[in-house]
This record gives sequence, structure tokens and C-alpha cells, in this order.
Amino acid sequence: MIQTDSLTKRHGDIVAVDDVTIELGDGLTAIIGPNGAGKSTLLCSIGRLIRADAGRVVVGGLDVATTRSRDLARRLAVLRQENHLPIRLSVEELVGFGRFPHGGNGRSVHDRARIENALDLLGLEPVRGRFLDELSGGQRQRAFVAMALAQDTDYLLLDEPLNNLDPRHAVELMRLLTRLVTQRDLRIVVVLHDLNVAARYADEVVAMREGRVVAQGSVEQVITVEQLSDLFETPARVAEVEGRRIVLWE
Amino acid sequence: MLVTALATASVLVGVAELDRFVLLASRLPRTAALVLTGAAMAVTGLIMQLLTRNRFVEPTTTGAGDAASFVLLMLLLTTPGLPLAGKAAVATLGALVGVFGFLALARRIPVRSSVLVPVIGIMYGGVIGAVTTFIAYRTELLQELLSWSVGDFSGILRGRYEMLYLAAAAALVAWVAADRFTVAALGEDTARGLGLDSRGVLLLGVTIVAVVTGIVSVTTGLVPFLGLVVPNLVSRMIGDHMRRAVPLVALLGAALVLGCDLIGRLVRFPFEIPISIVMGIVGGVTFLWLLLGPASQPGRASRPAARPVPVGRRRG
Repeated sequence: MIQTDSLTKRHGDIVAVDDVTIELGDGLTAIIGPNGAGKSTLLCSIGRLIRADAGRVVVGGLDVATTRSRDLARRLAVLRQENHLPIRLSVEELVGFGRFPHGGNGRSVHDRARIENALDLLGLEPVRGRFLDELSGGQRQRAFVAMALAQDTDYLLLDEPLNNLDPRHAVELMRLLTRLVTQRDLRIVVVLHDLNVAARYADEVVAMREGRVVAQGSVEQVITVEQLSDLFETPARVAEVEGRRIVLWE
Repeated sequence: MLVTALATASVLVGVAELDRFVLLASRLPRTAALVLTGAAMAVTGLIMQLLTRNRFVEPTTTGAGDAASFVLLMLLLTTPGLPLAGKAAVATLGALVGVFGFLALARRIPVRSSVLVPVIGIMYGGVIGAVTTFIAYRTELLQELLSWSVGDFSGILRGRYEMLYLAAAAALVAWVAADRFTVAALGEDTARGLGLDSRGVLLLGVTIVAVVTGIVSVTTGLVPFLGLVVPNLVSRMIGDHMRRAVPLVALLGAALVLGCDLIGRLVRFPFEIPISIVMGIVGGVTFLWLLLGPASQPGRASRPAARPVPVGRRRG
């Protein structure tokens, strides 16, 4: 379970995350909201990439601020948007560094199995030996997700993982994530821009605006005309197509 | 193989008739010094490049060498006659401060431009170098100054180079900790996500760079371009996975220094051209070739995928 207690982060005068106390359950949680709502900042504070100004984050019983970074890295993997690398590594080498927190150099049998599994899940087998700078943005993105999976954690935080991905790979990644939730009992928190993707795949939706959590609940509770129109300050329509919610804008 | 061949040639070339004494007192030490310096300096270049995430830096272009020379000059003025080991220790400290100064400066650049960082490094080193040269000029110690900052292996004799083994050992430590350096080069966020102790790695890396720079300064003098050219060549060949790259970087560094030293000894035989001059020409040309070569911009070329690949293919 992920809990935050009065979490606050300021960027100068702007309060990016404003006194957020929240509890994120099992399954796939999607964080939605307009630009500058503090979604990424909240995610990165939970993943200790950003040090909060006040408040506490507890992930799986571990206080993020006081737990050794390496111990935390065995329980929690976090991936940011930017995935540009100035150094040359092959896909396989990058994925291998997912084993770094486990003290492995990537060569033990267990490490190898994890790396192979991650490469396989993300369909990177055919390009495993290629250098990352020779790949498309989408392939690079998937290589980084594979590294996070090789980390073999209980929690996975992804900041807009669908950037750079075409519809096919976006859908396949979301399907993979839901499958990991059921098969590996992985708890996943994703910042998503596409509300329809959130409506389709999320078990729980967290809506943020101006640094605060304004709504939290199931898709039926959060993806509604009133909530969305208010959240994005734009009149919204929610249609049902084949039993799924689809968001349209006026 | 190349290294062995070059090393053998290096032992056999010389003005004096080759006998047992010359072999043990001069030829072998010189060859060993070349191999050790080449390997260690090439590895420090790789470390600097991974730590700064910039392809175009190395110890001699980031103020490490200049800072080492500066403190060595100060030492010579205040307490002359210190043994070689003491000088090396002081030079190491100087290089340490020099590199940290550079890193602090580089951190303050608002735009993370890959070109600006090395330029800042060169300017920073230039300022320290200018002050050092001025003082050396006024105190008539220019000759000494040159011996630290300009590599020359002609004076290497038994008993005057053994500290270089320590520099090579420092490079070996870098190899042992290689994965940490590669993870650090993945970027601040990714490194923290993987639980890396970034400060510890930075401290270790800078210490290794400083130890090598300090020792090489007082024994043979620094060799320019080496740390720049060799890691870039290796990166082109097998990438930057440091654990894999270090052996090749060390070997290629040794080979390049041996080769340049041989050229310098043979061009005007029986006279010698200092290795720095040969290295400056060879290294400069190689580096230009690297910059202008066909696949010259790794990291920026994002060719589309050869074919789409399904995600989440199930096994069996």
C-alpha cells in the first residue's frame, strides 16, 4: 500500500503538491488532471526522486525518506518521462541494470531469467543487441519499462509511459500492465494524459488539480461529466460504448 | 596482441647498445611506464565522461592537471626536496580540488549544453594554468612546470616510475566499481530509482581521477588527448557499458601511448621528440575524425524501427 501524509512540495512560489494525504490501493491506479496539476511531482515524491518539503510517504511499510535508497529500489521501481541517454548501451545492457539494486551484476542465473523475461514481455527480443541510440523513441521507451520490470519490485510508478508510443504499443503496454497486476500482484501507479486509456484500464482513478487531489475512486465515480468538466474547466461528455466510458469534449 | 608487439618494439628501440643493465634500468621501466600511464589515463577519461555525462571531457581539459601543477609549484616554492611519493600525494590533493571545482562550476551552467561543458572546463583549466605559468615564469621554474604538464618518458629510469603501479591499481578499482559508474551515467533520476549512492560514486570517481592525475604528473607528465580519444573510440566500437569497456580502453590507451612514444623516438633517431607532441598530432587528428566521421552523433540519430515488434508476447 502507498500512503502519503500531508505531502507538500513547492517549486519557488508555486505549490506543486499541496498537502496531499492519500492512500493508493492495490491494482492499477491512474493519476489524471490538467497540465501543472502536480501529477508528476506527486509520483516522483512517492518514488523519492523528488524530496518533499513536508509530509511523509510510506510505500509497503517503508518510509521513503528514511529507508536506504537501495533497499527501496528492491521494492519500488520508478520511471520518468525523459529517457534520453548520452551514453551508448545496448537494450540488453540497459535492461540488465534493472538488477543493479539486487546487487547482481546481471550474470547470475536468476538475474538472467529476470532480464530475459522482461525483454520478452516488452517484445524487445529482436532488438536486444541494438544500441539504444539506434532505436525509435517507442522502442527506447519500452526498453526503459523493461528495465523497471527487471527490477522485480512490488510497486511500479510510471510517469506518462505512453509518450512516444503509437496506439498499438500503447494498448499493448496497458494490457501488459493489467496482466502484471493480476499475475504478479504488482501495484502500479501511472500518470496518464489520455482519459480514455485511464477509463479503460485503471482500477482506481485519482484526479488532481492545482496540487490537490480533488477526486479519488473507481472509473464510474471519477470519469463523470461533472467531475471532468470541473477538473479540466472544459465542458465534457461521457459516452458509453460497449459498456466502456469514452470521454468527449464539447 | 598489438600491445605486446608495441611493447616489445619499445624495449628494443634505443640509442644505447642493448645489454642487461640498459634493459633493466631504462628500457623495461620506460616500457612499463608507458603501458601503465596509457592504460590509467585512458580509464580516467572514461570515468570523467560517465560522471559528467559528456563525451568531450577528460582530466587534462577539466582543470585536474592544471590544479595539480599549481599545487606542485607551490610545494616547490615553499618546501622543496620532498620525496616523489609526497609530491604525488600533494598533486593528487590538488587534482581532487581541481576536479570538484570544475564539477561545481559545470553544475551551475543553466543550459546543459554538451558543447558548453568542455569549453567551461578548458577555460577553467586555462585560468589556473595562466596563474601557474605566471608564477613559474617569475620564479624561473618553467622547466619544472613543463615536466608535470607535458608527458615525456625519456627520463624514466628504474626507481623513478614504480608509483605508476598505484595509478594502474586505481584504474583497476574503477573497473571493480564499473557498474556504479555506468548507472550514474544513466542520469540522476534513473540512478536514484535504481538505488545508487550518487555522492559516493562521485567521490570515488573523482578520487580515482585525482590519484592517477597526481601520480602521472610527478612521474612522467600528463599525456594530452588520451582520455578523450580512447574512450570515444571504444564507445564507437562496443558502447559505454563500463565493465565491458574498461579492458579495451586500458589496452587501447597503452597501445596508443606506446605507438606515439615509438614514433617520437624513431622520427629523428637518435634524438627524441616528446610524446606530447606526437600525441597531440595523432590524438588531434583522430579526434577530428571521430567528430566528423559518418556515424558521428550517437544519441541523436533515432532511426525508425526496422520492423514493429509486439509487446507482451506470451511464452508457450
